[in-house]
Amino acid sequence: MALFDGTTRSILLLEIIRGMWLTLCYLFKKKVTINYPYEKGPLSPRFRGEHVLRRYPNGEERCIACKLCEAVCPAQAITIEAEPREDGSRRTTRYDIDMTKCIYCGFCQESCPVDAIVEGPNFEFATETREELMYNKEKLLENGDRWESEIAAALTADAPYR
Amino acid sequence: MLEIWTDYAWPLIWIIFKILLIVIPLLIAVAYLTYAERKVIGSMQLRMGPNVVGPFGLFQPFADGLKLLVKESIIPTGSNRVVFILAPMLTFTLGLVGWAVIPVADGWVLSDINVGILYLFAVSSLGVYGIIMAGWASNSIYPFLGALRSAAQMVSYEVSIGFVIVTVLLAVGSLNMTDIVMAQQKVWFFIPLFPMFVIFLISGLAETNRAPFDLPEAEAELVSGYNVEYSAMSFALFFLGEYANMILISAMTVILFLGGWLPPFDLAFLNWIPGVIWFSLKVSLILFVFLWVRATLPRYRYDQLMRLGWKVFLPFSLFWVVVTAGAIVAFDWYPK
Repeated sequence: MALFDGTTRSILLLEIIRGMWLTLCYLFKKKVTINYPYEKGPLSPRFRGEHVLRRYPNGEERCIACKLCEAVCPAQAITIEAEPREDGSRRTTRYDIDMTKCIYCGFCQESCPVDAIVEGPNFEFATETREELMYNKEKLLENGDRWESEIAAALTADAPYR
Repeated sequence: MLEIWTDYAWPLIWIIFKILLIVIPLLIAVAYLTYAERKVIGSMQLRMGPNVVGPFGLFQPFADGLKLLVKESIIPTGSNRVVFILAPMLTFTLGLVGWAVIPVADGWVLSDINVGILYLFAVSSLGVYGIIMAGWASNSIYPFLGALRSAAQMVSYEVSIGFVIVTVLLAVGSLNMTDIVMAQQKVWFFIPLFPMFVIFLISGLAETNRAPFDLPEAEAELVSGYNVEYSAMSFALFFLGEYANMILISAMTVILFLGGWLPPFDLAFLNWIPGVIWFSLKVSLILFVFLWVRATLPRYRYDQLMRLGWKVFLPFSLFWVVVTAGAIVAFDWYPK
């Protein structure tokens, strides 16, 4: 009986017809494609994208050159040099991130005691040359100014879970 | 002097004009078949398909064509140059040549020969040569294996296609394509000969090397089969030839089983719509089935493919030829 059943199924192409019916139903379903450059998917507040160096509301840069991020960076992408400023506060003179080395693990922002280095929500920073991906302090601070509102919102949204 | 003009030159120009009238819409159809394929398969996979070039991506086929046209043609050092260049041309030409006997509407046929179906069968069989030549001339392992598979597959399935055609011919009593269509005025042949219709459709898939029988270009094991070494325009010719063959097989299916240019019911307002529109609608339907099958079914294993061809389709179609012939003799249904 099982043989009869199987033979009938294969001769009448039942399984194939059922499969074809399924794909036909899918033909009329709504597409799941996000039309990327024009539409974008949602990002988690914890998204780890391009790095920024943040400032305090009064314009003072947050980074105190503790070099924890440099120490923790598993890809050794961060280079920091520091010396005391005229007013006696300790600040970086050099803060470079080699974005071609960075693995976007987020250890730098985890280790930062003053929330200075943060990985922002920006992931569209492809460049035409390799050199443009060697970020310096100036570039990172500029990123911070540009993305501050988004980053502040993301940090607030994530704060209850930390 | 005038005689030469009226007897030779003018008919020649007229025939060339008619050929262009067939070939140009056919090439446009081929271009849009590639577009339709990407759209249909995209939709079935919940994707969008091409949608950037022009409105709804409608100019995508031309962008692709232009890309292939301006690329460099690479001829491998170890290849046999002449055969290597000849192969895609042959495939492409054979894809077009079959259309000479296809009646797209009543009387709309380039040459209404009385052995039309045999001619068509011969041309589609010759298609193997393009592929074998390509595989051999490339002098490379993957194309060679792909060509061998392709040849074996096309030869195997032609046998059952032959028997299917014989069944239809038994019911028609003529080898002329127009007569075959006219014999279906009462009922389209896919109703009385339904099993043969299914076999013809499946064998057609195998004959044109389409999924699930696209073993010659099985990406996973053969990279892309017989056209691995081809690039630019020679590749484009293979591509066009393959899709032209698809349309040709669909047209054959329509003529043999779906009543060619005849409307589904013999009603005045349906008859008012020109036959060529019915014909293209039916061809599009069959082509949609081709794409639909590709989006649904996984690829056959090679031995399964051969088993299906020789151990299932061949005996079954042979059996059905006998049944049909027997029925015609027993009930005196001889075609007039």
